[in-house]
Amino acid sequence: MSILVNHLTYKYNPGTPMESVALNDVSFEIGDGEFIGLIGHTGSGKSTLVQHLNGILKPTEGSVYYNGRDVFDGDYDLKELRSHVGLVFQYPEHQLFESDVFKDVCFGPLNLGLSKKEAELRAYKALKLVGIEDDFFYQSPFDLSGGQKRRVAIAGVLAMEPDVLVLDEPTAGLDPRGRDDLLDSLKTVQAETGCTVVLVSHSMEDVARYADRILVMNNGTIVYDDKPVSVFRHYDKLKEMGLGVPEITGAMYRLRAAGFNVSTDVITVDDAVNEIMAAMGHA
Amino acid sequence: MLRDITLGQYYPADSVIHRLDPRVKLFGTLVYLVTLFLTDNFIGYLLALLFLAVTVTVSKVPVSFILRGLKAVMVLLLFSVVLNLFMTKGEVVFSIWKISVTKEGIYIAAFMAIRILFLIMGSSIMTLTTTPNNLTDGLEKGLGFLKIFRVPVHEIAMMMSIALRFIPILMEETDKIMKAQMARGADFESKKLTKKVKALIPLLVPLFVSAFRRANDLATAMEARCYRGGKGRTKMKPLVYKKRDALAYLIIFGYLAAVILIKIYF
Repeated sequence: MSILVNHLTYKYNPGTPMESVALNDVSFEIGDGEFIGLIGHTGSGKSTLVQHLNGILKPTEGSVYYNGRDVFDGDYDLKELRSHVGLVFQYPEHQLFESDVFKDVCFGPLNLGLSKKEAELRAYKALKLVGIEDDFFYQSPFDLSGGQKRRVAIAGVLAMEPDVLVLDEPTAGLDPRGRDDLLDSLKTVQAETGCTVVLVSHSMEDVARYADRILVMNNGTIVYDDKPVSVFRHYDKLKEMGLGVPEITGAMYRLRAAGFNVSTDVITVDDAVNEIMAAMGHA
Repeated sequence: MLRDITLGQYYPADSVIHRLDPRVKLFGTLVYLVTLFLTDNFIGYLLALLFLAVTVTVSKVPVSFILRGLKAVMVLLLFSVVLNLFMTKGEVVFSIWKISVTKEGIYIAAFMAIRILFLIMGSSIMTLTTTPNNLTDGLEKGLGFLKIFRVPVHEIAMMMSIALRFIPILMEETDKIMKAQMARGADFESKKLTKKVKALIPLLVPLFVSAFRRANDLATAMEARCYRGGKGRTKMKPLVYKKRDALAYLIIFGYLAAVILIKIYF
């Protein structure tokens, strides 16, 4: 057990006429080494939720435990928590500020109080992990392409070597190629470091392929918390929330509605091909 | 934190004051400020208070909202009161050690405090009841006569409205960048000055970059819509005086006359 969210409620502008409930009694657990997809429509409270995981926002009610300790206890060192739980914000490239890429990635580890040598070693490893070549290390981060900037910014958090890596819509605004590359390198990062990954997204496609477990949020509450295949069984409900299921799962539902005897528990194209072949008697 | 700044804030409500032509409100505020400095006795200030109280009541803006804006000037207020209280020469009322308080000092300090308080409240009533767009429209039209002297009134008004529009955007951006850098272990709460200044770099650089990026995007969007400045430009909702505006002018002039009369006869 690494993170436990316990009856968390968060209100923006509490006690004023502008009060709005962003999170309403949310509880769940994140285990070590999991790859979790957090899905929800715009305004469902995903971003608000993940900002509690590293103590940036303080809950109105409820608590968050990291390895069994209440992080809002008062004597918990939030700076230390942030070295364990790395949070990559939306459009993280907007936070780049240093004169070259390498220095920017060193910012996080140096803030942890590491020696310069150790920080540089970590920065080098992190940049390699996200697939940035040595040629770019001493360029200004502002001269890179959008996708490269995004990778450098993610490396900036990776270099802190967090045990839990939380990414808030890391693929927003990237082209399909950039999106696939980024998500693939996330999977590599997890395989190599063994960290827990929480991927926030509103795209079912992104999450279905990589996550072992999906949390679906709607109007500030968690509606489903299950394996991808089981979550996608709530086809109609997900459509109602404006989320839907991956294209290929949707296609299987339509085939079934058209009278073909195929299973709808399918989330990849390869599985779909096998399933259709089997249904047509070509197994 | 940053959200406490009420400067130029608008309070949405449905009232006659909200519906008044912005030119009337600008003129009214100007007259009110002038009368505050014309007045030199308490009867005059009583009238100013009455005028303010009626305006606030009619505007439907909660008094607490207006008083909140005063927090920012408290230091200035205290400073001027203390200075006037102890530094004015005249008939000594009482004295402690080397410092003496005079009758004249008390008078001047009281006047000063009243003036500053009324000044802030009077002008915040205008910004609270007028949207920034309306305000710049009013300024543009009200100062239109300056065009004869080749003053680029439209451009100045446009710059003002863009600046006002960007205040909340940049504040939100600051908040976001601060959080992102905190997630990378940045420390904005340090007490040491050198550390505090150093911590600002990771905040200010991205903020400047984003301000320029936004300005650039806005310029492109304006050019794409063929914006060429004020010449020949028409408005979707041109400002037109209504009956209530005429009435408001009458009330303002009546108030001005009353203040002058009080000054002469008391």
